[in-house]
Amino acid sequence: MLAQILALIKKDLTLEWRQKYAFGGILLYVGGAIFICYLSIGVRTSQLSPSTWNAIFWIIMLFISINAVSKSFFQERQQRFIYYYTIADPQAFIVSKIIYNAILMIFLGIIAFAFYALVMENRVEDNLLFIFNILLASLSFASALTMISAIAAKAGNNATLMAILGFPVILPLLLLVIKISKAAIDGLDRSLSIDEIAIVLSINVIIITVTYLLFPYLWRS
Amino acid sequence: MTTNSKKGPLNWWKILTIILLFYTLIAGFLFPVPRLPILNESIRNLYFHVPMWFAMIIMLGVSVVNAILYLSKEDWKHDKTAVEAANTGIVFGILGIVTGMLWAKFTWGESWSGDPKQNASAIGILIYLAYFILRGSFSDPVEKAKISAIYNILAYPAFLALIFVLPRLTSSLHPGNGGNPGFNAYDLDNKMRMVFYPAIIGFSLLGWWITTLRIRFKNIEHLIKWGN
Repeated sequence: MLAQILALIKKDLTLEWRQKYAFGGILLYVGGAIFICYLSIGVRTSQLSPSTWNAIFWIIMLFISINAVSKSFFQERQQRFIYYYTIADPQAFIVSKIIYNAILMIFLGIIAFAFYALVMENRVEDNLLFIFNILLASLSFASALTMISAIAAKAGNNATLMAILGFPVILPLLLLVIKISKAAIDGLDRSLSIDEIAIVLSINVIIITVTYLLFPYLWRS
Repeated sequence: MTTNSKKGPLNWWKILTIILLFYTLIAGFLFPVPRLPILNESIRNLYFHVPMWFAMIIMLGVSVVNAILYLSKEDWKHDKTAVEAANTGIVFGILGIVTGMLWAKFTWGESWSGDPKQNASAIGILIYLAYFILRGSFSDPVEKAKISAIYNILAYPAFLALIFVLPRLTSSLHPGNGGNPGFNAYDLDNKMRMVFYPAIIGFSLLGWWITTLRIRFKNIEHLIKWGN
């Protein structure tokens, strides 16, 4: 099981490395989205209130994650999935996809934060908590959206469906993450965010468990 | 498929539903309630607004249970029940929002005042509307039933987190949240309980009644269309 998961993650990473244009496309999407925000607000980013700064960042992250995660099932051909189905365990397959997407999102999230802080000024007081929160958010986006993208892929690779199915499921997690991130921006004591972090982690555990149990059914259809 | 189509008199639980709902209406509007500032007579909304949510959560619970049963047994009966229970659940959810908005208009001053519980329930309804869109996007009925059951099971925990966990984390004016007293603090004399509990049972049974009618309607429609 563990060997299978590692092999599948390695396969995904190699595939990503070989198709650099796809990853480059997402990076360009990140850069473009942040730059559009910067230009539409105008040069006076210092007048932006911290909560608006925070909200814009997380909305950009949400769109990046929907695009990046949906790639995991849209990118490969249906026939190739049939091949995977014959050689791999369904549960190993979905766990490897979640881990791979989490890695991808952590990478993109940190790049997005760096670029966002560069053009929009860094408003964060507690950088360490903010980066930890990006890790937490990446895990949440990956766990909630991987299954959704598998469902949307079954319904004929419909990108609209991915968004409408994904938004409500990701929303509780997104709101909690925004709350932790606001605490990091204001530099509040870290102990105040413990509750939210624990709830994000427990929602993640629930979603991953449900995904783990349900994916074999999706796989067989 | 329900077997009571031939018999004349109603099932006992349907008679119970009618009695409980009439009792709720009459007692809910006429029985004495505690006099409280700001709330005044609007406290009677407890008998109508809160049971809507109970009925919705029960109907959506029925829907999830049937989705799980469909995945394990692959019986069409469970798929039909899951869809129709979700339909009824949404109707109760919309009624819950509307009755809540009416109450909010008189006690908070505005129908939509950004209360976390109100926002969360609106998003909860979006989850289930997305479920119907998902069902609509399949042409193969087996795939439709299977994949929508999977989404149904996946969405229910997220929905529970939305309406039970999140509102408790933020400050809210809603009774029972953010340090505000829930209904338990108002009805210390237990008189309100005597209407409130029957109201919950009555509206939940009504929800199940509507669902069974919808299932029968769908069965007949299927019979006319396909002949088996």
